[in-house]
Amino acid sequence: MAEMAAFPAGRISGAGGVVTFIGTVRDYSGTAEILGMEIEHYPGMTERELERLGAEAARRYDMLDSLIIHRYGCLAPQDTIVMVAVWARHRAAAFDACRFLIDVLKTRAPFWKKERTPEGMRWVTDCPGCRAGSREGHTHAPDLAHYPEPVMK
Amino acid sequence: MIQVKFFASVRERVGTEALRLPWPERGATVAEVLALAEGETGVTLRGAHVLAAVNLQHASFSSVVRDGDEVAFFPPVTGG
Repeated sequence: MAEMAAFPAGRISGAGGVVTFIGTVRDYSGTAEILGMEIEHYPGMTERELERLGAEAARRYDMLDSLIIHRYGCLAPQDTIVMVAVWARHRAAAFDACRFLIDVLKTRAPFWKKERTPEGMRWVTDCPGCRAGSREGHTHAPDLAHYPEPVMK
Repeated sequence: MIQVKFFASVRERVGTEALRLPWPERGATVAEVLALAEGETGVTLRGAHVLAAVNLQHASFSSVVRDGDEVAFFPPVTGG
């Protein structure tokens, strides 16, 4: 929560509330015990994509500001993976924009999870958009391609 | 020259993080860059679940690539 405290929430004029989502490492995935996780990302693109998502949320919702922090490297079960925070004048927009940001992050931000199980390392391959129940930014072709064309430019 | 980068399971399959490919004079799409990279590495990626980015932005396989561009190939993202 140090990141939240460091962010100037109290100085955002007009803010009536902040909604935060914290994602953590599960200790089970399906039936497999998860001993840890490694997260790879695409330096350079990751930051730009998160900026683009923040701008898109601001365009769609009546929000004042947002903050996304996503970890990479080695994590342990129950560790925090990601935090999304949205400041808005009213709670409805804050909730909606926060949900939008975590959903599209899962389908667009270039991060890849590799789980450490008792049987060894394995890449997470299940569709994150489906798992998140994402509607935004998730064009699911029935056969294989989840997003043949990016939805947002 | 085209800078090609690979990430996650795609990087492991091709066995390298990056390649530099000579710029084809006739130009190229992302799909053609993938074919050149396959020729260079000897690893077939077509048919696999591979996404692409050009200059740090998601791109389709029909996107045009220009000399000096950075093209990346990776599996569907699984962050969050």
